Amino acid sequence: MATPTTQPGLFLEAYRRMLLLRRFELKAQELYRRGEMPGFIHLYVGEEAVAVGVCLHLSREDYVTSTHRGHGHALAKGISAREVMAELFGKATGCSGGRGGSMHLYAPDVGFLGTNGLVGAGIPVAAGAGLAAQLRRSGQVAVAFFGDGAANHGAFHEGLNLAGVWNLPVVFVCENNLYATQTPLRMATKNQDISSRAAAYGMPGAAVDGNDVEAVSAAAAEALARARSGGGPSLLECRTYRFLGHHEGDPGTGYRSREEVEAWKKRCPIALERARLIERAEAAETALQDIEREVEEMIAGAVEFALASPLPDAAEALRHVFPEAAGSAEAVWAR
Amino acid sequence: MGALAGRAAAREITFVEATVEALREEMRRDPAIFYMGEGIGARGGNFTQTKGLYDEFGPERVRDTPISELGFTAAGVGAAMAGMHPVADLMFADFIAEAMSQVVHQAAKVHYISGGRIEVPLIVRAAFGVVRSAGAHHSGSLYPWFMHVPGLKVAVPSSPADAKGLWKTALRERCPVMIFEHKGLYNQKGPVPEGEYLTPFGQAAIARAGRDATIAATALMVHKSLQAASILEGEGISVEVLDLRTLVPLDEESILKSVARTGRLVIADEAHETCGVGAEIAARVAARGFDFLDAPIARVSMLQAPHPFSPPLEAALLPSPEKIAAAVRAAVRGEEAHAG
Repeated sequence: MATPTTQPGLFLEAYRRMLLLRRFELKAQELYRRGEMPGFIHLYVGEEAVAVGVCLHLSREDYVTSTHRGHGHALAKGISAREVMAELFGKATGCSGGRGGSMHLYAPDVGFLGTNGLVGAGIPVAAGAGLAAQLRRSGQVAVAFFGDGAANHGAFHEGLNLAGVWNLPVVFVCENNLYATQTPLRMATKNQDISSRAAAYGMPGAAVDGNDVEAVSAAAAEALARARSGGGPSLLECRTYRFLGHHEGDPGTGYRSREEVEAWKKRCPIALERARLIERAEAAETALQDIEREVEEMIAGAVEFALASPLPDAAEALRHVFPEAAGSAEAVWAR
Repeated sequence: MGALAGRAAAREITFVEATVEALREEMRRDPAIFYMGEGIGARGGNFTQTKGLYDEFGPERVRDTPISELGFTAAGVGAAMAGMHPVADLMFADFIAEAMSQVVHQAAKVHYISGGRIEVPLIVRAAFGVVRSAGAHHSGSLYPWFMHVPGLKVAVPSSPADAKGLWKTALRERCPVMIFEHKGLYNQKGPVPEGEYLTPFGQAAIARAGRDATIAATALMVHKSLQAASILEGEGISVEVLDLRTLVPLDEESILKSVARTGRLVIADEAHETCGVGAEIAARVAARGFDFLDAPIARVSMLQAPHPFSPPLEAALLPSPEKIAAAVRAAVRGEEAHAG
């Protein structure tokens, strides 16, 4: 169990961020269902404690690679709700200028190296970002978020093996939500204790309750401190659950029993943390309500911004295949 | 060739030495450049392609990897996104297949799908081509795969001087660059200027001027085409040999200009024929240079089978000076091609 208040106000901030992730996703779902949004979206509802618990301990300069279910990571790492929402609508003001969409969110200004359409692909890419940090001795760390499905991909093995042998400042965060699309973990691997695989790569592994933001925070803080101090990589398995289907449009029930889904919903990470903050008198009810109002306003502002933003100019569809004049891209790190 | 015009008495070094020289100069210039691959550290690489770099730059920047092509190519992608300029040496070009998703879906696409916000200046180095019956997994010429993918540049040097100049240009590009080097060229010697020069991408070089037919060629096939041109010279046929040097960007203008002069085009390339270099060039010339043509465009490429082991089988499928000469002869005389 995590010790409360390692830093004053840390978990109030965690609550605020988790609520932002939740409200953002539910609003995206609503807009998607109205047919206003192109493409596909994979929502993060239920898993908020993982992205937030880890990103609480990252600075703007640290790197994150993410997954197809990545809106939560993008927001937790610091891309504005406006830029993410605009990108979901394919608008020119989106964080990827409308060329990416939900599965290709990028923001070098906050070290966000992409959500990803290929399962597992971000794992060894994070190792590379960690290698860059190590070579520059910059003190930066890299975090790879990925699901239980990715843990069975070769990219997991190669990424963790490289990070291990090179002692890279990387934390590998597995969001084990028990299903890879529709395939339950028990049908995908014999050893379902994903954290135990860390031993194979000579790094510490830990498993925590991924619906408990304080538990995630404590474990992530420890792994990140180790990475920053030259202690090398870690594998952190966060056991969690997605409350919704694999993607918007999948009811998520054909392969999961209603009882199972309802039991997990009772363990909502946001409700859990809200109750704790009240119980420990770390926040007054009115303060929490203020946060809730503030989040609603931020989401409303994001939607308004996204809807009012222009679509990209079709005449520019061939732009950015190759870099333009030197200095036009943002430096992720000053050379 | 082009880069050497007007330079007197350059010393001669091998192709592979020229690439190491380019790397050494660029690594001294830019601390963001580092090199990853299997056995490229103290050992200096399978083909001596990093000889001496480890001693000068040490194990961090000249970094031996496990046999993990996906992993270290991806690490190159991540490091490049994070501001470094890595070289991922895949050793044999065939091994790129192990890292394909990272090259095609990550390296090539990130700049575009990030709206131009992130650059991926990654170099992928690969030794390609047939030498001494290396068989089906060590002989491939896979660069046409990457011509198909938007966002990658592809270089195929043919001479030591261009190898150095193209490498130096590649290490100053800000996009992913695939450098394919024919294994049969590594130990060939040629004049290479000392010190600083860059060979531009997207500019073919006229390796030999001629009037009756153009051979557009890549890498080792430039040399085979020059041999073909010598054979044909004895028959009164004057051949122009165009060294493409880079496939992306492709110097379409120089090809068209040459065909406008000669009226005939043969493409000589060691990769498989279908959807290959020749197919792309033929389509472009047919679209923009149809009126220049006095004969059908011909391709001399690896025939459509995996690389066999046994020497006579291998030779039966490969382009040769005789086959290239036969294709040119047929174009000039309006006959079916018969290789000698």
